[in-house]
Amino acid sequence: MSHRLPNGGRLIRRGKPQSFTFNGKRMTGYAGDTLAASLLANGQTLVGRSFKYHRPRGIVASGVEEPNALVGLGRGDRYEPNQRATTTEVFDGLVAESQNHWPSLDLDLLSVNNLLPQFLTAGFYYKTFLQPRAFWKHVYEPIIRRSAGLGKAPDDKARDPDRYEQIYAFCDVLIIGGGIAGLQAALSAAQSGARVALWEQTAHWGGRAPVDGVQIDGKPAQNWIKTTVEALEKMNNVHLRLRMMGAGVHDHGYVLGYERITDHAPATQAPRHRLWRMRAGHIITATGAIERPLSFAGNDVPGVMLAAAMRDYLVNYAVAAGNSVVVVTNNDDAYRTAIALRKAGLGVPAVIDARAEANGALPQEARALGLRVLTGRGVRKVKGGKRVKGVEICRIDSAGTAHSEVFDCDAIAMSGGWSPVVHLWSHCGGKLTWDTNGHFFRPDPNRPPTGADGAGFVTVCGAANGVMSAVLADAHAAVVTALGRQDLPMPAQDQLPEEDPLEPVWIMPRRAEYPLRAKMWLDYQNDVKVSDVQLAAREGYQSVEHTKRYTTLGMATDQGKLSNINGLAVLSDALGQPIPATGTTTFRPPYTPISLGAIAGEARGAVFQPLRRSPLHDWHAANGADWEPVGQWRRPFTYKRPGESRDQAVNREVRNAREAVSLLDASTLGKILVSGPDAGRFLDMLYTNMMSTLKPGKCRYGLMCNENGFLMDDGVVARIDEQSFLVHTTSGGADHVHGWMEDWLQCEWWDWKVHTVNLTEQFAQIAVVGPKARLLLERLGGMDVSADALPFMDWRAGQLGGFDVRAFRISFSGELSYEIAVPASQGAALWERLMTAGADLGIMPYGTEALHILRAEKGFIMIGDETDGTVIPQDLGLNWAISKKKTDFLGKRGMEREAMVNPDRWKLVGLETLDGSVLPHGALALGKGKNANGQAVTEGRVTSTYFSATLGRGIAMGLVAQGPERMGEELIFAGPQDKRIKTRIVDPVLYDKEGARQNV
Amino acid sequence: MLLLTCPYCGVTAEETEFSAGGEAHLTRHGPGSSDHDYEAYMFNRKNPRGVHFERWRHAYGCGKWFLAARDTMTLEVLATYPAQTSEPPAEVIAKIKLKRPDWEGYP
Amino acid sequence: MSEIMRSALPGAEFTGFVQVSEAGLQGMITLRADLAAPQLATALKSATGCAMPKTRKITRDGAHSLVWMSPDELMILCPHAEAPALTDRLSREMAGAFVTLANVSDARAMFRVTGAMWRDALAKLCPVDFASLQTGDIRRTRAAQVAAAILVTDAQEAQIICFRSVAGYMFDLLSIAAAPGAEPALYV
Ligand SMILES: [Zn+2]
Repeated sequence: MSHRLPNGGRLIRRGKPQSFTFNGKRMTGYAGDTLAASLLANGQTLVGRSFKYHRPRGIVASGVEEPNALVGLGRGDRYEPNQRATTTEVFDGLVAESQNHWPSLDLDLLSVNNLLPQFLTAGFYYKTFLQPRAFWKHVYEPIIRRSAGLGKAPDDKARDPDRYEQIYAFCDVLIIGGGIAGLQAALSAAQSGARVALWEQTAHWGGRAPVDGVQIDGKPAQNWIKTTVEALEKMNNVHLRLRMMGAGVHDHGYVLGYERITDHAPATQAPRHRLWRMRAGHIITATGAIERPLSFAGNDVPGVMLAAAMRDYLVNYAVAAGNSVVVVTNNDDAYRTAIALRKAGLGVPAVIDARAEANGALPQEARALGLRVLTGRGVRKVKGGKRVKGVEICRIDSAGTAHSEVFDCDAIAMSGGWSPVVHLWSHCGGKLTWDTNGHFFRPDPNRPPTGADGAGFVTVCGAANGVMSAVLADAHAAVVTALGRQDLPMPAQDQLPEEDPLEPVWIMPRRAEYPLRAKMWLDYQNDVKVSDVQLAAREGYQSVEHTKRYTTLGMATDQGKLSNINGLAVLSDALGQPIPATGTTTFRPPYTPISLGAIAGEARGAVFQPLRRSPLHDWHAANGADWEPVGQWRRPFTYKRPGESRDQAVNREVRNAREAVSLLDASTLGKILVSGPDAGRFLDMLYTNMMSTLKPGKCRYGLMCNENGFLMDDGVVARIDEQSFLVHTTSGGADHVHGWMEDWLQCEWWDWKVHTVNLTEQFAQIAVVGPKARLLLERLGGMDVSADALPFMDWRAGQLGGFDVRAFRISFSGELSYEIAVPASQGAALWERLMTAGADLGIMPYGTEALHILRAEKGFIMIGDETDGTVIPQDLGLNWAISKKKTDFLGKRGMEREAMVNPDRWKLVGLETLDGSVLPHGALALGKGKNANGQAVTEGRVTSTYFSATLGRGIAMGLVAQGPERMGEELIFAGPQDKRIKTRIVDPVLYDKEGARQNV
Repeated sequence: MLLLTCPYCGVTAEETEFSAGGEAHLTRHGPGSSDHDYEAYMFNRKNPRGVHFERWRHAYGCGKWFLAARDTMTLEVLATYPAQTSEPPAEVIAKIKLKRPDWEGYP
Repeated sequence: MSEIMRSALPGAEFTGFVQVSEAGLQGMITLRADLAAPQLATALKSATGCAMPKTRKITRDGAHSLVWMSPDELMILCPHAEAPALTDRLSREMAGAFVTLANVSDARAMFRVTGAMWRDALAKLCPVDFASLQTGDIRRTRAAQVAAAILVTDAQEAQIICFRSVAGYMFDLLSIAAAPGAEPALYV
């Protein structure tokens, strides 16, 4: 059984016990422990159940590559599933629970899946669920949802109370990985004077060198690590970060770093995670290597662990994975574990070495300690269910039909060699090469990812580069190459005993028969076995990417960190080709999963997206505004009075504008100053009608089209003086139209003398609307607003009630109307003055819905309702606003196309239901017969539809095939639930057709 | 995410500060143009595998439109230059040739 | 008139590891012109006391500043009450030249971010290398999802200008970025 040793543990502080719970059971660890170390110290070898078969699983690794020890952490609003126990630092009060079992971890009834493994082989889903279809929903899916999976999603009522943030950072050289290679790279880079950042994903510097007994300049690595970190901390040009994972390398030196700030100290004020958006001139990855498991039957039984991980637990945390450990290997490195265990006083019954001979320095040392080394042997199978009880040994070249020897043990350390962590190199296109000595893929320095200048921007060093000794020299060389600096101080020298080459062993024993292969796990997390990959190959899968998806190999949350190379090797063997010919799957960021909170950063709650407020926003909010989003603006839809429904409020507002006087906040309308000697000529190109002939003091309505001829925006242009115009755009269109103007001025007509200035937010604009509007303005005193002094479609600058204003006699309601523009800082004051002055006239504000109804009663179009990006002005009966004199304007050529002059186009009409009801939004008019797809033919659609309080019935506009020629004709519109609505085609102007009311 | 240098204000900034505007050096064909020319102007785009000329606006900066020569395969930015030109300037062409000797040239 | 004029977020203030405050009414005039024209430099010097700024620089004389916005655009900073008259004066003096002036004082909001760690706060919102910005520099960029201009006024302070309508968003952003305990220790 796993347990804590009385002495040792370089990372733990025994004086600081930490109390936590696992599945409700109280346990104690030490500060510095990972949760995995604490669990093992408490004898908890069983930590979870597997994805498909519900097999008992234990801790395999000691770092980010851990596939099994996924736990749910925290509770309530802070519950988070699928967290790796191996990268979770233990703290007082930590709450963890195991996953994917029912009813309990120890007794999992769903492990019956384990007895029927042939049901869940590669492609099982594809093969099984084809027929009968009804079984999908009612039988298969509920069963699978119940039994397959990892952690539970948090409760849908849960709201993450933690804070997250992002930060942009810049450096010349970013080094990812704070082992001895990364530290040396940082030191060399820093000595060049470059701005350096160094990131380490764990809470400690130095990586595994201290565990592996590396000597630097004749002393333990820890001495050098301490000195080097201290030196780096003192340098102003170096930025060091622990608990910071290099999550992804992206184009042009963009790197995402995932900093876990308070995961280990949840009571602090700091944000929980911070996502670093780093732009690096050059990136050096010193990300180390990950040990590979060996594929033998029962290699997933709790107690089977990677040899180096077992060493980590022993040296770093003083935790023994068992009392009696059999070591299985194909290389010399695993002997370090055997030696360390033995020196710690633990039992090591045997070292099983697949190689014919093992005579390197480490095996010799092991033998000298009295360890029994069996060469040319492998594991036939592991004995035990919920934990290792023993191991059967056989000849490595056999079929494993019988064992040659059996050892009792409670843990097994396995090592299949090492794979460099090439993820970050590969994310942005760095290519790999197969190392025939080390039997792994390593970065090909001749094919790096390339940046903005076309040069490679990632260099790899240390174990990530496939370099297992003289690591410091390799790191230094990486810096010299990256920076082109030959003058940097030489690094210290690291030493390790020489190692003999490993011998690749992809299946143990090599000729294992099916019953054994069906118990050899490649991908622990997704429950993919050697036999699954072999089956896929037999069924014709050749591409590694296809095999991955068919078998789900490497598709779990660990992204196959342990399984990839072993899986590739098995596939290659099955296909009878060398591993490089099979290639690897694509490495994609993030390196390990990162929190959604970090990805969202600050963008949540009130600042999820920008909210634009008009200068009158606070007044609206204080006076019952029922808000409507208009782009990023919030505009009052209506102002509800106590006891009123939304509809009642809207109807009241419509009637008041027609009968008395009302105010509308029109501040969101775009206002663009277009100025310069060529301003008139420019506007003639932008608008379909003539603007250059407009006289100062006058206003003109105009249409803007894109080059397709499709209507883009509309509004009123006011000529300010000889050289300048004020262009009004729609509320949503201001930024787009301004950008559109600048595009043409900068990129096409760059010799024209025109300036544009977006003045949208400089002014609050208040529409004073209704038959009593003039009376109200006269009460304020100041400029002459009489019909003679300020006629319809004129504008004047002057004073009203002491405010400097521009008054525009324009109307979007059909009523007598003035739009008063005042500097935004005075908007609220003017609005309040108007409200006070008009109190006895029945003044009230109206919102966007009343605005829409008022304009629809008048048959005025609205961009976005009557237009959808495929509508030309002619479709809307706006031919009068299209100049016939101008030889050119934007969109003119587009309107001349055959499809645009087709008489059958859908055109604007008014629509009147025979029963007075309100047509549904977007309803379609049914034509005769069916189209080629068997669908009903349509011949029109509703574009705007409202209840008109003025007319006391539903009103609508729509686009109907040849509509204007069909006045009075009846149409059938399709409503919900197959309702058919009889409707008559009418003139779109339903109120005051002569326009008498606005022109008084 | 790309890095681009605005030739007007000299700022090198990440892609999020710019907005992309499609292919550069299109010739506008207005009223009176043939269907063929109009179609080429509006719809036909080169979409090359390799050197590409494109429009960018320094939208969150100085607001100016500029042009970029960029390799669509490697994402290398070969040059950025002001938009007030109907074809790539000679020095831009020379710069590209230097880096891509087998480039077929403009157009 | 002063009691009827309101800046975008009067009195808004937040104290975290830096101080965030709305700067109140601030005169701002957009000027678009050929910035190399000698007549323009003379008119600006006499009206504001400021020299023509170089690319991405700010020149200052007392309450007046000239801020480089683009190759053909400056922003003139002046007392709010002075902006209309100064706009008119410069328009008159530059009459006949291809120059456009517009008072945009009310179209914008200004915030001060004060404290030694202002770079650390802004680095959370803007994709800018703040080590490259020194006193007298202007950088137009974005803060999270909106446009912003950052004016470095001295070692302890930066000013942020954004559109008036998003003043609330900007204030919230800056306050979140400056939250106590969220010091990233990047620049200091
Ligand atoms: Zn720029």
